[in-house]
Amino acid sequence: MGFGRMHRKEDARFVRGKGNYVDDVQLPGMLHGSFLRSPYAHAKIVSIDTSAAEALPGVKAVITGAVLETLNLAWMPTLSYDTQAVLATDKVRFQNQEVAFVVAENHYIARDALELIEVEYEPLPVVADAKQALAPGAPVIRDDKEGKTDNHIFDWSAGDAEKTERVFAESEVVVAEDVLYPRVHPSPLETCGAVADFDKVTGKLTIYSTTQAPHAHRTVYALVAGLPEHKIRVISPDIGGGFGGKVGIYPGYVLAIVGSIVTGKPVKWMEDRNEHLTATAFARDYHMRGEIAATKDGKIRALRVKVLADHGAFNGTAQPTKFPAGFFHIFTGSYDLEAASCDVTGVYTNKAPGGVAYACSFRITEAAYLVERMIDVLAYELKMDPAELRLKNLLKPEQFPYTTPTGWEYDSGDYPRALKLAMDMVEYDKLRVEQAEKLSRGEYMGIGISFFTEGVGAGPRKHMDILGLGMADGAELRVHPTGKAVLRLSVQTQGQGHETTFAQIVAEELGISPDDIDVVHGDTDQTPFGLGTYGSRSTPVSGAATAIVARKVRDRARIVASAMLEVSPDDLEWEKGKFFVKGDPDQAKTIQEIAMAAHSSLELPEGVEGHLDATTVYNPPNLTYPFGAYICVVDVDPATGQVKVRRFIAVDDCGVRINPMIVEGQVHGGLADGIGMALMQLMAFDEDGNHLGASLMDYLLPTSLECPSWELGETVTPSPHHPIGAKGVGESATVGSPAAVVNAVLDALKPFGVRHADMPLTPSNVWRAAQGRPIRTDLAITE
Amino acid sequence: MSSSHRVRVSADVDGTRYVDDVEPRTLLVHHLREQLGKVGTVVGCDTSNCGSCTVLMGSADGAQHSVKSCSVLAVQADGASVTTVEGLAGPGGELHAVQQAFHELHALQCGFCTPGMIMSAVDLLRDNPDPSDAEVREGLSGNLCRCTGYQNIVRAVQSAAAALRAQAELPEEATV
Repeated sequence: MGFGRMHRKEDARFVRGKGNYVDDVQLPGMLHGSFLRSPYAHAKIVSIDTSAAEALPGVKAVITGAVLETLNLAWMPTLSYDTQAVLATDKVRFQNQEVAFVVAENHYIARDALELIEVEYEPLPVVADAKQALAPGAPVIRDDKEGKTDNHIFDWSAGDAEKTERVFAESEVVVAEDVLYPRVHPSPLETCGAVADFDKVTGKLTIYSTTQAPHAHRTVYALVAGLPEHKIRVISPDIGGGFGGKVGIYPGYVLAIVGSIVTGKPVKWMEDRNEHLTATAFARDYHMRGEIAATKDGKIRALRVKVLADHGAFNGTAQPTKFPAGFFHIFTGSYDLEAASCDVTGVYTNKAPGGVAYACSFRITEAAYLVERMIDVLAYELKMDPAELRLKNLLKPEQFPYTTPTGWEYDSGDYPRALKLAMDMVEYDKLRVEQAEKLSRGEYMGIGISFFTEGVGAGPRKHMDILGLGMADGAELRVHPTGKAVLRLSVQTQGQGHETTFAQIVAEELGISPDDIDVVHGDTDQTPFGLGTYGSRSTPVSGAATAIVARKVRDRARIVASAMLEVSPDDLEWEKGKFFVKGDPDQAKTIQEIAMAAHSSLELPEGVEGHLDATTVYNPPNLTYPFGAYICVVDVDPATGQVKVRRFIAVDDCGVRINPMIVEGQVHGGLADGIGMALMQLMAFDEDGNHLGASLMDYLLPTSLECPSWELGETVTPSPHHPIGAKGVGESATVGSPAAVVNAVLDALKPFGVRHADMPLTPSNVWRAAQGRPIRTDLAITE
Repeated sequence: MSSSHRVRVSADVDGTRYVDDVEPRTLLVHHLREQLGKVGTVVGCDTSNCGSCTVLMGSADGAQHSVKSCSVLAVQADGASVTTVEGLAGPGGELHAVQQAFHELHALQCGFCTPGMIMSAVDLLRDNPDPSDAEVREGLSGNLCRCTGYQNIVRAVQSAAAALRAQAELPEEATV
């Protein structure tokens, strides 16, 4: 009971095909909607003729931007206080942008009707290369914005630029490198979709949708559509993976709602993979110039980064309001530096919006990749072993809580222990010997290290809000008379096992079996308000809320037990599952007996209302800072560019582990992401803005064949400020692993004089790098 | 173009005979989900890569093999027998060895690839009851998973393989 390996409660339905995902929802009279999308990346819309589509039998409505304009819905606010076209009115700004929406009896007819819509476009010059977005004369993408004459979105800085400058000026060694984190996509196996059901009689809108943040969605719908919030019910049923791609609101959700209002019937919208990859939130696309300053013997002194952030045509990036570059300024990583600073500039391009997604913890993927790549670049220049360089510079356990040069206060950590454990597990010294032997035989093997510090659990509401909604989360716990319990949460699992682990937290606190605790989530009519699941925030925020609400219930239970036993509450002692009289353990009442008594006619002290329940809102005092030491071993064939990941060692420390089995599964999944991003995944564009990663034929996701058997290790350094000492972990492996893989491949290519090459290190890119001709991977515009 | 032309399809799905008139263009996965209500089988892509829609299919009296039901027309299932994940558990609801092993070894998270993954694994183990890890990985390479990193899936398939082999041996042992 309580913490530990427990098989998942949610499995029972999933292994039988009895999950309930959005596309499984069938309502009486339900219609189906589908989008007509732009073939151009940038073009003026001259005319749209929908008459033939409307005449097709089975078509119930064709909605264009002009129709939405009459409802004031043609544009919607984004999570970054920008606007995004719901349906294009004036012009299209990225390929596959939504242009019209057909509602029909079934999705086959809806697709047929799309073919009958005639749109006349006038192509415009395209900004496909972020590095050209601010060039003089660059076409202005957002001419819809009053007075906008360029593609600049924001400039944002952190750290002490002056001090950093000073340290750089006096440092013995300074190394700079251009590091691209290319555009990728979270690509959960289930795409985005919704079923909207507007009841004209009651005025109530019910929307089933693939959302990681149902309560935030409800508030946004209220603000956008002008519907009263109590008449909106958002239901996020089982979600087939989210990975950050299901945080924001997409035009499809809005059109399902509009379609339902227009037709008076429920309307389902379910996008296909091509639409998902090309039009929903991308991840990364950070063009970084890193500079690292050090002494000759490898003491790192300062880091400086300039970032050009490609945000696509609308700034829809999901992050706390005060952080336009997310938490990128955690880029000093796990090291003890004198100074650091960064400047981030966001630009519009003719691409889909997004940026923050794919287990990035608000841009920490980019930050961790940058610092871990720069450490290896420095090691390359100093001809030092990258493990030795890291050990020399890692923060020491006694430095925690540690305030970084850019202002983060890391809660706890024992970094050298974790790295040494990973090195022992992989037998690092032996591997280096093997590498040298192999090289003498003309075989290329690489060893890559990544040591990362995450920052998860957003966050303190004083500093962190999304669209003005503070990032605190509620929890409600009710113990029924027979001792069974219901926990209601504002977070929304997408496979991370909340129904099991949150029950385990209550079980640990109250001694009720996890099987007797139902975890309710994802239904805004049934659950307390909160910001949802992303940024690995569930355990840090709602996990804390759960422990606290359970402790409140326990406090009530103590009073009830004292009434039952006719002793003072102070004379009672808690042992998991029961209160007993101090010094007389036979005089005890179990939590189940207490629950029944709390609902009975038992007389309770003045002011105690009876029943056994509580609510809470948890406002975290700080983020949690899990960390990890990853080592990847690869074999590279420079003649073909083929990379084989032979071993991957991952030591994660997320403080107290609620369910080690689930933690390990989270890590496995994130490590596969690292293999995918480092070696395979890419959304490139040609100069016309054509999307070159628009299907699973081109956007390659790792299969069972590319993934090795992961080797996991753990250390436990609890978060001192968290009620159960637990830190988030879901995104750690995705954050930490790409650098380990890339560092390994480049370590193998060191004999070819390769210091850096950009992801993805596909066979052709590895081959080019070995030839001394690394390329920019984000564009199909080659030399 | 949409067409009112429909073709009669008679197929056994999870042990029940269904007779329906379907458009020739209707994909088997949509027929299963939308006509027959077998929503346990899901759609993850549009290019036949992901394998989430995998079901077992064969002629009425022949062996079944895994197919991606997004790449089969419903009319091609005329006269066929199809097993989806919903037809895998025993009559009393007892889980198939592969389903049980997926649960015990935490081989699923969001559960979206799970139906297809389980069906592919069932087919794999019928062909090769004692596969090596490499053979399991090869055998499941037509099924994408975004959550698990595959390792627990491989372990689950091996565990199920052992359980199925033990089951197969039982009658012999019983006669000894």
